[in-house]
Amino acid sequence: MDATKRKLYWRKNLRFLLILLTFWFLVSYGCGILWVEQLNAIRIGGFKLGFWFAQQGAIYVFVVLIFVYVYGMNKIDRSFDVNEE
Amino acid sequence: MSIQLWTYLIVGLTFALYIGVAIWSRAGSTSEFYVAGGGVHPIVNGMATAADWMSAASFISMAGLISFMGYQGSQYLLGWTGGFVLLALLLAPYLRKFGKFTVPDFIGERYYSQTARVVAVICALFISFTYVIGQMKGVGVAFSRFLEIDYNYGVMIGVFIVFFYAVLGGMKGITYTQVAQYVVLIFAYLIPAIFISLLMVNHPVPQLGLGGRLSDGTYLLDKLDQLSTDLGFAAYTTANQGSLDLFFVTAALMLGTAGLPHVIVRFFTVPKVADARISAGWALLFIALLYTTAPAIAAFAKTNLVTTVSEQQHDALPGWFSRWEKTGLLQFDDKNGDGRVQYYNDNNTAFAENIAAAKGWGGNELRVDNDIMVLANPEIAQLPAWVIALVVAGGLAAALSTAAGLLLVISSSVSHDLLKKWLMPEISERDELRAARVAIAAAVVIAGYFGINPPGFVAQVVAWAFGLAAASFFPAILLGIFSKRMNMQGAIAGMLSGLIFTGSYIIYFKYGAGKAEDYWWGISPEGIGTLGMLINFAVSGIVSAFTPPPPAAVQDMVEDIRVPRGAAAAVQH
Repeated sequence: MDATKRKLYWRKNLRFLLILLTFWFLVSYGCGILWVEQLNAIRIGGFKLGFWFAQQGAIYVFVVLIFVYVYGMNKIDRSFDVNEE
Repeated sequence: MSIQLWTYLIVGLTFALYIGVAIWSRAGSTSEFYVAGGGVHPIVNGMATAADWMSAASFISMAGLISFMGYQGSQYLLGWTGGFVLLALLLAPYLRKFGKFTVPDFIGERYYSQTARVVAVICALFISFTYVIGQMKGVGVAFSRFLEIDYNYGVMIGVFIVFFYAVLGGMKGITYTQVAQYVVLIFAYLIPAIFISLLMVNHPVPQLGLGGRLSDGTYLLDKLDQLSTDLGFAAYTTANQGSLDLFFVTAALMLGTAGLPHVIVRFFTVPKVADARISAGWALLFIALLYTTAPAIAAFAKTNLVTTVSEQQHDALPGWFSRWEKTGLLQFDDKNGDGRVQYYNDNNTAFAENIAAAKGWGGNELRVDNDIMVLANPEIAQLPAWVIALVVAGGLAAALSTAAGLLLVISSSVSHDLLKKWLMPEISERDELRAARVAIAAAVVIAGYFGINPPGFVAQVVAWAFGLAAASFFPAILLGIFSKRMNMQGAIAGMLSGLIFTGSYIIYFKYGAGKAEDYWWGISPEGIGTLGMLINFAVSGIVSAFTPPPPAAVQDMVEDIRVPRGAAAAVQH
């Protein structure tokens, strides 16, 4: 694999990571901590939304994020032909 | 059948299962001993990782902490699960491609330095020992309450069991035993939660039951807010401290989780880089099952506790109350002599002077240890005896699985990183395996000794282990992968400054003259690892900018671990 292709692969990888980590930050630190007061004004059933994000929602998003990462990374690997057999 | 008989039966059966699995899967080579031969299926590895990582603290203490902290307890939920995302995205796949056995191995090779390796070994040993002593304590508590035997014998039984299957099986035995332990602990956690959810809010899924309505039509969480404020506490669902500290504590727990050596090493056990990625996903899914149930248990238990005991005659309370009083984990002190239990926040002066005094209350009369909330919950909710026995078996499974994983890190740090890679490089594989078994045996005995005579710092495990992992390992590993320019000088200076800063802050405020009102920007010692990490990053960056870049071979290695293809099985080089 030549150096330019390698560089391109790495850049694509980093951009994908950055997008996922942005979501990771938004649901945990954002919805769960920084904007919790504002979100608590919204209610869904017995839950205040900010409280729900902090104790439930963020965790569900975390799980989804890892599976999205696995799917996306495998696809990038294949398109650059660096996947394992 | 009595609770005690059920406990003997279920705990005995699960122990027989663990030992059986260990015999079936014992290790024959160093590679099997350290990383299970690198051939573990991702789902299996995910389950083992989940059991490895969910300790006695997750199983026994966390729901209790959330019970008393309310919204503020989210730091544990967010921190310990969010850290897994960082581990899965930023570290696990690359460390798997690197293909060695231990974290100090990576640090030593990447920073081409024995000093860096030795610093990493010392950190790994310190973190692992602090943590494992906590597990041994958990085993002792569970045994002494439910089998009604002496605490010391409880620890000894735990030592014997771990000794048996960790020394015999190494990583391979531990991995398959941990799968069995995961199954036991998750059933033990979910079954009582489902029972209680059905009883209180008539919903079979605790995660949804948390937002459900009680039999009187009010929402559970609203009722809990009401109960809390009526007793002078902060409302359960809202923030009551500065969000900066919450932010820092959450971040320290996250980064610490990502840097814990016994969790990272799990990703060396799968065959491929793609498997390392997906097994982190499975692990978090299995962990999330417990972690999303914990806040429900916390809310149910708190509501149950307050409504059962508050303003009730002490003599008329149910039997579990006096049984737990005997252990000293639940204490009642009838300050105003009216024979009733007054449980309220006497640190809230306005409440104590205006409302409590008018009712003739003479101070808070009930002390509840966090740890009993999960263990006593089934009794408080009057669940059948076998459910209570199952919870005990679950707590033991959580403690033993984590202890075994940590002991393996300790033994591989000694036999592989210290002996093979440093002191006696010509050691044969058979001798190395023997040294690993001796090291694990010695570590179990030392852990058992400290479990019986716990040093004072064990109570502060969270601040220590996570803070130090966040301030030392996490930046060094991250920079080692994502910055080709990062060199030996930068990494060592960064790790040392992160460690020294974080360590001094914790020592000053936990054991020295420091008082809570003097915290820098209100950051508690639990959260200071985050600042230590930032310092580590800054120092690493500055020092490496003024020192020569790493040798070409190391830069090539970094290029290589960034690309999945060509991952060999984790072997010794």
